Amino acid sequence: MSDDTVSIEVDGQLLSARRGAMLIEVTDAAGISIPRFCYHDKLSVAANCRMCLVEVEKAPKPMPACATPVMDGMKVYTNSQRAVQAQRGTMEFLLINHPLDCPICDQGGECELQDVAMGYGHGVSRYADTKRVVFDKDIGPLIATEMTRCIHCTRCVRFGEEIAGLRELGATGRGEDVRIGTYVEKSVVSEMSGNVIDLCPVGALTAKPSRYTARAWELLQHAGIATHDCVGSNLFHHTRDGRVMRVVPRENHAVNEVWLSDRDRFSYEGLYSDARLRQPLLKEAGEWHAVEWETALAAAGSALMAAAPQEMGFLTTSSASLEELYLLQKLARGLGCANVDYRLRQPDCDDQAHDPVMPWLGQNLGDLEHLQAALVVAGNVRKDQPLVAHRLRKAALDGAQVSLLNVRAYEQTFPTLVNDALAPAALLQELAGIAAALLSQGAEVPAQAQEALAKIKPTTRQRKLADSLGSAERATVLLGSGAQLHPGYSVLRQWASVVAAASGSVFGYLPEGGNAAGAWLAGCVPHRGPGGVSADTAGQTAGEMLRTPRRLYFLHGVDPEFDFADPQLAHSGLSGADCVIAVTAFESDALLEHADIILPLALHAEIDATYVNAEGRWQNANAAARPCGKARAGWKILRVLGNRLIDGGFDHNSARAVRGEVQACCESVRLDNSLPLAEALRVPAASRGLLRVAEVPIYAVDALTRHAMALQKTGDALRGAVHMSAAQAEKEKLTAGDTARVTQNGSSAVLLVHIEDSIPNGCVWIPSGVPGSEKLGPACGAVEVFKA
Amino acid sequence: MSTAQQGVELSEHARAEIDAWLQRFPYNQKQSAVLAALREVQHENNGYLTTPLMDAVADYLGMPRIAVYEVGSFYSMFELQPVARHCVAVCTNISCMLTGADTIVAHIEEKLQIKVGESTADGRIFLKPEEECLAACAGGPMMQVDHVYHTDLTIEKVDQILDGLD
Ligand code: SF4
Ligand code: FES
Ligand code: FES
Repeated sequence: MSDDTVSIEVDGQLLSARRGAMLIEVTDAAGISIPRFCYHDKLSVAANCRMCLVEVEKAPKPMPACATPVMDGMKVYTNSQRAVQAQRGTMEFLLINHPLDCPICDQGGECELQDVAMGYGHGVSRYADTKRVVFDKDIGPLIATEMTRCIHCTRCVRFGEEIAGLRELGATGRGEDVRIGTYVEKSVVSEMSGNVIDLCPVGALTAKPSRYTARAWELLQHAGIATHDCVGSNLFHHTRDGRVMRVVPRENHAVNEVWLSDRDRFSYEGLYSDARLRQPLLKEAGEWHAVEWETALAAAGSALMAAAPQEMGFLTTSSASLEELYLLQKLARGLGCANVDYRLRQPDCDDQAHDPVMPWLGQNLGDLEHLQAALVVAGNVRKDQPLVAHRLRKAALDGAQVSLLNVRAYEQTFPTLVNDALAPAALLQELAGIAAALLSQGAEVPAQAQEALAKIKPTTRQRKLADSLGSAERATVLLGSGAQLHPGYSVLRQWASVVAAASGSVFGYLPEGGNAAGAWLAGCVPHRGPGGVSADTAGQTAGEMLRTPRRLYFLHGVDPEFDFADPQLAHSGLSGADCVIAVTAFESDALLEHADIILPLALHAEIDATYVNAEGRWQNANAAARPCGKARAGWKILRVLGNRLIDGGFDHNSARAVRGEVQACCESVRLDNSLPLAEALRVPAASRGLLRVAEVPIYAVDALTRHAMALQKTGDALRGAVHMSAAQAEKEKLTAGDTARVTQNGSSAVLLVHIEDSIPNGCVWIPSGVPGSEKLGPACGAVEVFKA
Repeated sequence: MSTAQQGVELSEHARAEIDAWLQRFPYNQKQSAVLAALREVQHENNGYLTTPLMDAVADYLGMPRIAVYEVGSFYSMFELQPVARHCVAVCTNISCMLTGADTIVAHIEEKLQIKVGESTADGRIFLKPEEECLAACAGGPMMQVDHVYHTDLTIEKVDQILDGLD
């Protein structure tokens, strides 16, 4: 036996254990059950509930298994008379103040306290005096509180401190008066806050949106995949009568561990929004009519047949499933049209020929925890991919140097080396500066970059970043989801890859949406077919399709106002068409204005679907819920259209068959992010004049999220507003709270002014994809701001 | 929360006092000074803490605000509501109880016409609720008036002490 293992005996069973491990870890691994409330394997040991008491031979009193390290030769009894007595005692004390209101408690039926009380408690309580009552505080739209039920295990408090990185809840008061809360009336703001609902062993913290809507035993559990970011968190849809009642995490240590971001947990509410389209609609002489599927499909079919192939444009988003993305491009190409694209938020596709076969993280999600240095370029990773931020946070707390360069210095939940805001051109210059610093340190810098670097004198910050990446053994440069909004995305990416190459860092992407990787693999880009093979004839990118309006647009799951980085361009493009076919799930005024044929689309929880995350992990799940109204799965709609219009190739009888076809195309795919560089890389000069910069806020990324009511009531649900630094505001003669007229390419909006010093001078930050900015031009581009 | 104190700043004196305490702790353990900081701030604020003051301490020490609320609400030496000038705390823990603390408390309540936890209407005396053992058990019954211990109390002695407060 090595020095690192000890052997112990539990209830007569011989176990070997890692030296220093807590007893409860060892018994858990061996399947020996010990009751507990405060212990959680992802949190620090608090040992405050005393439910896990066991008898340890030679110990004078019962010991808490969660806080007792194993020792060689230790003999433990988990259900000896002494242990049982101790557990019963604890249980009786816990129940003194806990209300016996299980019948009206939302946790009833899935409550750890209820279970343990059944297993380890007495049937009757000896306590007959008054119980304490704690008044509830409103801690926001996601979490309901019933604090009288709290047993002070402090799991929620430790979660805030240790996992979310935001200490929001605490235990105030003492003894009988201890209560868990925020002390002052305030909403919790963590983007992972919902996890305390799962952690809370009792009904003190429950999910507000699903409260009192279903009993645990009425629910069916279906495995699902989250579709809002490139992590692809594993989850369970809990359904009743074919309707999703709530969502909880599904443990997968490689992907989401045991967590779920609030977006993944609460977006299901959007499924039942009033704006859901429940039947096909047809516009005749400007009037909308509800029609049967057959009629609508026939209309769509003849419109597609009537248009010249080059005159069509097929647009979709990175939220669509792999099957839909594949069949969409197959339909388009089958009709002779290569204009198919999902990149509605990427104005600059100049370098698309050099794109990797899919935007790959370059490593596994789990590897991020073990990095020693990381640089995230243009992405608000905390809000874009909360669970990636969580992994980076672990690395940072472990001593890694994590840096972020962005159009705005977003607040982080972990210590950073650099977290600075840079205007778009300055961001490029900064990356070049880091490369120059690396070069001066003797790093091998790709030849194409060297000429541009010769004139650069690196700044202190650039040298600091170069040192950090260059000296780390495990380092990465990640291109965030915000990068695609950058007007010079191609150059930005090249410089980022130069920095990665010169510093020996892994180059990776954090693509937008849930299935950008799937979109590339499925061939849903104009220049590549399935499996990443170059298309014979390259079609137009989304931007090109809109700049020279097509006669017919086929929109698959696209919201004309909020899914484009340049809604104004989308508006003018769609307005110029003779016919717009929209396969989509949500109604909106803009959709009704532009579309001619609307086919209601079933959403992720309602279909069998596959999503590919940034690691290249294919994850699929079956339908959990009944589609809303007459909505149909996208792959079925596309298959029917394909069958009607194209000879052969559309006879799939299941999503699985479609997936199989894509899989066959992807057999020889090897993930590789190395990026061929332009002959001589340039560092563009800064443009003059005021620039708009943006992000797509966390709860604006896709239609489902935008229709999820509770999420839309949180502080993270941003509305259009113009944010700028105090210095910039002074220049524009504006102050906080003013209204300003913001104009881009002739279209304008009146927005509230916010002053934030996290925004670089020369820029104003106006979120994209949110109400208020839906009439404006590009997320990142020239702008004028006047006092309204 | 009184709006007048929203976003208060620590006085120069309080900051100097806290800085002096910070000298005694490792530079990356600033939260160690939280008790001393709260004590100082309470002292300057007529004997009680407010949420904005606790926020100011949290910000000064780089602690999450809730962590300071936890400390402020845990220790009986901190008051979170306005109190009278003089603080009278009678120990009612076991040794003092056995030597007659309850009679002392009853007498004070009767004399001042307030219950424990209340202040006299003239703003002179605050009678602390349920003080626990102050480690002067050998001299029970005992009480602490402001920062001074008085042991071996009798009714007369208590009267004398209380009457002597301005
Ligand atoms: S609210 Fe729940 S998780 Fe938090 S301390 Fe109370 S019982 Fe534990
Ligand atoms: S689980 Fe061990 S003390 Fe709570
Ligand atoms: S019991 Fe009163 S001082 Fe100890």
